[in-house]
Amino acid sequence: MINSKRQTKGIFLKHLKNTQEQKTIKMPLPSLLTIPMLQHMGTPCEVIVKVGDYVKTGDKVGDSEEMFSAPIHAPASGKIIAIDDYTSVGGVITKCVVIQTDSKQELSSQITPPVIHNKEDFLKAVRESGLVGLGGAGFPAHVKLSYPDTDKLDTLVINAAECEPYITSDYREMMENTKDIIECMKVVQKYLNIKNAYIGIEDNKPEAIKILDDKTSHEQAINVVKLKSKYPQGAEKVIIYTATGRVVQDGQLPADCGVIVMNVSSIAFLARYIKTGVPLVSRRLTVDGDCVKKPQNVEVLIGTSLKEVLDFCDYDEQNTKMILMGGPMMGVANYSSKAPVIKNNNAILALSERQAIQPPTTACIKCSKCVYVCPVNLMPLVLEKAHDSKNLDELKNYSANLCINCGCCSYICPAKRNLAQKIQLGKAMLKNTQ
Amino acid sequence: MNNLAVAPSPHIRSNHTTTSIMLDVIIALTPALIASVIIFGIQALIVVLACVLSCVVFEYLSRKIMKRVNTISDLSAVVTGILLAFNLPVTIPIWIAVMGSFIAIVIVKQIFGGIGQNFANPAITARIILFVSFSSHMTTWAQPFYYQNSGVDVITGATSLTLLSEPDKLPSLIDMFLGIRGGCLGETSTIALLIGGVYLVMKKVISPVTPIAFIGTVFLLSAIMDSNPIYQLMSGGLMIGAIFMATDYSTTPITQKGKMIFGLGCGLITIIIRQFGAYPEGVSFSILLMNILTPYIDKATKIRPFGGKR
Repeated sequence: MINSKRQTKGIFLKHLKNTQEQKTIKMPLPSLLTIPMLQHMGTPCEVIVKVGDYVKTGDKVGDSEEMFSAPIHAPASGKIIAIDDYTSVGGVITKCVVIQTDSKQELSSQITPPVIHNKEDFLKAVRESGLVGLGGAGFPAHVKLSYPDTDKLDTLVINAAECEPYITSDYREMMENTKDIIECMKVVQKYLNIKNAYIGIEDNKPEAIKILDDKTSHEQAINVVKLKSKYPQGAEKVIIYTATGRVVQDGQLPADCGVIVMNVSSIAFLARYIKTGVPLVSRRLTVDGDCVKKPQNVEVLIGTSLKEVLDFCDYDEQNTKMILMGGPMMGVANYSSKAPVIKNNNAILALSERQAIQPPTTACIKCSKCVYVCPVNLMPLVLEKAHDSKNLDELKNYSANLCINCGCCSYICPAKRNLAQKIQLGKAMLKNTQ
Repeated sequence: MNNLAVAPSPHIRSNHTTTSIMLDVIIALTPALIASVIIFGIQALIVVLACVLSCVVFEYLSRKIMKRVNTISDLSAVVTGILLAFNLPVTIPIWIAVMGSFIAIVIVKQIFGGIGQNFANPAITARIILFVSFSSHMTTWAQPFYYQNSGVDVITGATSLTLLSEPDKLPSLIDMFLGIRGGCLGETSTIALLIGGVYLVMKKVISPVTPIAFIGTVFLLSAIMDSNPIYQLMSGGLMIGAIFMATDYSTTPITQKGKMIFGLGCGLITIIIRQFGAYPEGVSFSILLMNILTPYIDKATKIRPFGGKR
């Protein structure tokens, strides 16, 4: 085990890992599943089924010709009863397929373990699995792994930092499927010809560090890296630096400095896909928040409504004021509890009014606390002003494009200003003018 | 089903507020306030209360007239009031003190947009304007414990800075450290101000960089000039200036490097004025001059983003 002393700036949060010690519970089959065609970063899928079709578990319902996309599969067998418009939380309108599930639950005949002989077979299998980054960003996994300049790649970093409060779904993956993680790391290393691999885990998860360290003790090329529990340890650029010491330069991809980063649940899923051929149709979610009476980790089919998952965990619907998909730092507040679980959800939090409503914003007093906590060394107070005055030169000059939207600046701000949001808007302004 | 709220992330916030920071500053100023009442009597408290009250009233009225959200609850006007009073002699007529509050709050702070927008430190600027306008009132220094001598209203004396040239009349080091010397009512007690400074650093309200750079520069330069560095540190308004005024957020640089430059500049200007200037004291001028340079220091000390170009 390597004990990493490297740090970036950041903040210390209450961990609130209430669900850490609970085994994952599988949710019963819901009667309806809503499958949006955009569950990843990139181009939405086209619907490839019709209303009235019967699909079996694992049949494809959406796919795209584009490289920057990932196919979407039916999570359960049943009848397609509708193809509707669906507005994602990001405001993008795509189609969604509504499946009325039946009791048969047959696996698609197309499901067979992929045959992999070489790198091309492997990348094709990753694409067909429908895998996108399960840590939250939803980056299509095959795109990340298809980096053209293979010779450059020499390091695989498995992101198991799980630095957001509440969330324990990656932790449960490490405790329950330790072997899968290590197996698949070796597969990725083999086909992409990557020498070294690291598993980065925050030091607030000693059990996970211990179990993975034990299981990798005889592996020369795999090392567990103990990281300080400091938010945003799991941000890609941050974990690359803390685990390997490398700094991703402005405009570079992690692969440009030789590193591929994969979420720990993603790699464990890929191991199971290679063994069974069952694509990404379900995932583990942490359900927590002060309105959830039975906080736990549940395995949920993609497309299950948030309300159904929350009901399963006995939530107080009356007092719920906010439903977050993801953690409290970077999670997205959903406008409706009818929204479905999608591939890159790692948590659902139901918060009461007391926790959900933030205090009013007051004037910036230039205390500079935002500068002291920014993990990528930006000056949020300057960027906020640049955004408000639409000063594109200043936005560019102060590198708004490098913001990772971790939210540390807004968190620390005594004037409760929405700095991270303003910088994101500034970033968009810059993009639109290019 | 009740309506769900949506908001931009993050959905949790730290406990700090502007009010809590200002409250910390007020707590940090309390030892010096107690010291001033012990040294200069109840009149010190009266001056402080007059300044605080008038600052809050001026803040309230100017926000009202400008039809802006009221900000007196952020306590920044209270802090300005205390700092202004600390920079006045205990013998100051109350109407001059109130005028100082008007300059600080209305002219220096609110006309520029209120908290966070002013480029110059309100209390310092008010002190300087009063100093050049009412120099005799502003340089009448009461002797410590003058209030115990019944019958005599005020026994005036020189400050330790003017006495530096006459070493035999200087107060002892221990008196200097405790604050038993002539001077503005809140600036004399080095120990009380240091306690406040340590509190603010521990509470992470201020960065120790500015005071250390400021005080360090004064110490070094006066040592080089052979001008009794220990007395230089504890004389005049250096301690209160370095700890409480040169660390004001909106009028000083953002980055640690910027704060260092600010502190060095203040120290340099202070010593130049003290040694070569017509006035015995240069702390407030040095801070005001560096306030003016702050936007340029901020531009010059932009930090390099992680993985970014300079």
